[in-house]
Amino acid sequence: MTSTPAASAPLLSIRDLSTWFHTGGRSVARAVDGVSFDVMPHETVGLVGESGCGKSVTSLSILRLIERPGRIEPGSRIDFEGRDLLSLDDRAIRAIRGNRISMIFQEPMTSLNPVFTVGDQIAEVARVHSTASRREAWERAVDMLQQVGVPAPADRAREYPHQLSGGLRQRAMIAMALMMHPALLIADEPTTALDVTIQAQILELLAELQTRVGMSILLITHDLGVIAESATRVLVMYAGQIVEEAPVRTLFDAAHHPYTEGLLSAMPRLGDRRERLTVIPGTVPSPTQWPAGCRFHDRCAYAWDRCRTDAPPLYQIGAGHVSRCHLAAEPARRRAPAFAAAAPAS
Amino acid sequence: MARLLLRRAIHGALIIWLVATATFFLLHLAPGDPIAASLDSPLTPPVVRTHYRHEYGLDQPLSVQYGRWLVMMAHGDFGFSFPHRRPVSSVIASALPNTLLLMGVALLLSFVAGIALGLIQARHRGRPLDWGLGLGSLFFYSMPDFWLALMLLFLFAFVWHVFPVTGMFDPVMYPYYGFWQRVGDRLWHLVLPACTLALLSAAAIARFQRAALLDVAGEDFVLTARAKGVSERGVWLHHVLRNALLPVITLFGLALPVLLGGSVFVEKVFSWPGMGLLTVEAIGTRDYPLLCAAVVIASVLVIGGSFVADALYAVVDPRVRLE
Amino acid sequence: MHPLVWIAAAVLTTLACGAIARAGDGDSGSPWRIALTRLRDNHAAFAALCVIVALLIVAALAPWLAPYSPIAQPDIVRLKNLPPSLAHPFGTDFASRDVFSRALYGARVSLSVALLAIVVSASVGTAYGAIAGYVGGRIDTLMMRLIDAGLSVPRILLLIAVLALWAPVPLPVLVLLLGLTGWFGVSRVVRAQVLSLRERDMVVAARALGASDREILWRHILPNVLSPVIVSITLGIANVLIVEAGLSYLGVGVRPPSASWGNMILDGADEIASLWWISTFPGLAIVVTVMAFNLLGDGLRDALDPRQVDG
Repeated sequence: MTSTPAASAPLLSIRDLSTWFHTGGRSVARAVDGVSFDVMPHETVGLVGESGCGKSVTSLSILRLIERPGRIEPGSRIDFEGRDLLSLDDRAIRAIRGNRISMIFQEPMTSLNPVFTVGDQIAEVARVHSTASRREAWERAVDMLQQVGVPAPADRAREYPHQLSGGLRQRAMIAMALMMHPALLIADEPTTALDVTIQAQILELLAELQTRVGMSILLITHDLGVIAESATRVLVMYAGQIVEEAPVRTLFDAAHHPYTEGLLSAMPRLGDRRERLTVIPGTVPSPTQWPAGCRFHDRCAYAWDRCRTDAPPLYQIGAGHVSRCHLAAEPARRRAPAFAAAAPAS
Repeated sequence: MARLLLRRAIHGALIIWLVATATFFLLHLAPGDPIAASLDSPLTPPVVRTHYRHEYGLDQPLSVQYGRWLVMMAHGDFGFSFPHRRPVSSVIASALPNTLLLMGVALLLSFVAGIALGLIQARHRGRPLDWGLGLGSLFFYSMPDFWLALMLLFLFAFVWHVFPVTGMFDPVMYPYYGFWQRVGDRLWHLVLPACTLALLSAAAIARFQRAALLDVAGEDFVLTARAKGVSERGVWLHHVLRNALLPVITLFGLALPVLLGGSVFVEKVFSWPGMGLLTVEAIGTRDYPLLCAAVVIASVLVIGGSFVADALYAVVDPRVRLE
Repeated sequence: MHPLVWIAAAVLTTLACGAIARAGDGDSGSPWRIALTRLRDNHAAFAALCVIVALLIVAALAPWLAPYSPIAQPDIVRLKNLPPSLAHPFGTDFASRDVFSRALYGARVSLSVALLAIVVSASVGTAYGAIAGYVGGRIDTLMMRLIDAGLSVPRILLLIAVLALWAPVPLPVLVLLLGLTGWFGVSRVVRAQVLSLRERDMVVAARALGASDREILWRHILPNVLSPVIVSITLGIANVLIVEAGLSYLGVGVRPPSASWGNMILDGADEIASLWWISTFPGLAIVVTVMAFNLLGDGLRDALDPRQVDG
């Protein structure tokens, strides 16, 4: 499916990943429904979509952090460094978590345990994954804080999360994640909860650390601005599926899927004269009852009969560019402006 | 933190004053007066009655009596117990340590058992083990203390002869025992009453602890811990439990009134010579000052307990400690 | 209590059970309907409700169901202290009275004392909490401080002292005392609810439209406060049952010869070693009843909490 120019084997390869939540009764929430993509070594892949589209569930599935009633369905496959993560036993998957694959989360305040010092929580990673003594682990934690640009790291390490600013907390989370020099960092909305200026700093830091450590990043966000700054390749997710995949420039210059168009037009741009941003009408449907046919059809400005009945496959649009939209087969049906009708007159 | 504790202490003092005032009115609204029960028999000459009323200031205006009452309370003077023929404070002084021993042991047992039970339930949430333990603790939680005490007494002392029947030590053999034998004998007598009290509050603590643990288990930092590669055991015992213990500390303050109330019944059933037994006996002898003293002292214990709980909370939670 | 009241109560509860059993199983509908459906799906709580209804019916029909009189002492020499048998399923006590019959009548006394006391608690607690929450400010702080004081007095000790000082206390006064010492929890719940509702849009809107304070309290706030009150009433009944039993066991609650479960336990307490049945059966009755109310209360809490999604 992917046609990334990189010649090497993918670091992470996900095939037909389905994560469903069996919430009792007859309804099954198909939060992630047949997702496939690759992450190459050293690259940054962006995964975008509105909340509720399944991005976070996808990322949690990779580390098998899905809890009951959620379940990764049989037939799904996640290969990482040549191993099938879904067939590992508990001990083996734990050895990968925080070690070869790390995660950072959106809300650094709630993601840090309030009753332990920051240093303790970072050092814990080393104690779990290596034979480091308490003291060694602590020293490595302080060193790591220094590397992520925390001033006076020895003092900060002795503080509790609530004593740090939002930016420092997220740096501490990053230090925790990078402690064991992972091959893959999954960053789930790493900047959403932060101020704009801090956001840029954190993204810069991630990019810098990426080259230093030599890791891949799977960057999950709803913010295309963040993607534009950091990612090389973008996956757009809607209603539990990948709807478009493209190199980052292609996506911004020639997005194909109407949903991606909608996301792009909802994005503020420098020099934009519009007073209000356009929004995609409607909301993400409930994962217990995805619409038949194309899952986006009831919010789509171009939708026609076929979209209501036939589920579109991923059409090849160009090099490394695929889209799950029938417009690829019938391009004449696209007429501009796509979302002007939805924009409220001001 | 010091300011927080000071504020708490002032609140505590205020509440003790309110309780003392309420008790004063309780005594004075009651039919007769504190010494009526012992002196108002037709056989007592009126002179004697007037003498005692005067001595205890009962012929003074209410406001003066109220002032005297507060001063007495502040000095730990609760009046004179006619049935015991000594000051209430001295009667209580000999019984209070026994109650505190019983409650202390029960408190310790119930917290250890309750927290462990809650932890087991939370880890097996929604499975048969959780369900069974939940129903089991609800069963004990729904039990009147005195009935549980009676049943344990019946089964363990009379049917199976495992534990002694009543009292704090063996009435016959105790004087002949050596030091360690005496300690052992006392512990042996402590088992049933302490376990009765502990079972009841352990059930309540387990229910509370389970809920607190499940609350914490849904927090983001638990996910972080799992994503770090921490084992399930480590996640629960280190990350979840440590946070879920905070609300349980407040339960320490709430458990005290329950245990104090329970000790009344448990002491009666097991003839444990503590405050509770004194209170029950005071009903029969109409020992008004003793009854009121019991109410005031129990309240002071409860307020002290919740103060300790607040202080403990502040020490354990860095968010409060470092404020 | 008049038997008609009992029959009415039992009929009403049965109707409620029927309504719950028939409530549709869709997720849609009014909040009350959803709550009813949820309650029915919670097997433990539904079983508890059935037990409670059965108990109420038994209590109401005690005069027809009881094989013997609860107070008559047919033969205090030959029929006293008989162990359980076919003729006396729970045995007889020291005065040759049938423990089974007394337990049935005891259900009437214990349940009616508990239910009436909780009515007192709920009314006082709701009124107090609603006023404190609605008025707010200094008065609220003062009112809550008084609640703190009330909560720091162990209820059972206070009741023992009051009941001993005023002994002997007639039943209605006992009910009143139990009710007046048990409303602190309710008032806290109500106050918290009122505080959070007070600033909500609908109340602000109503005030802007010129509704009077009393109208707002009555029309907008009280209905929302109802569900936590229902939960704390149910759990409160369980608590009052235990407190009343304890007081009766100490001889200051329901007094002989009226049978309450608590004073029946007292009858057998001194002879527990040999006459175990006299105390055991009324105690079991208390445990079953209290457990049923606790289970129902937990179930109601889960059913009425709109945020609850936990399985």
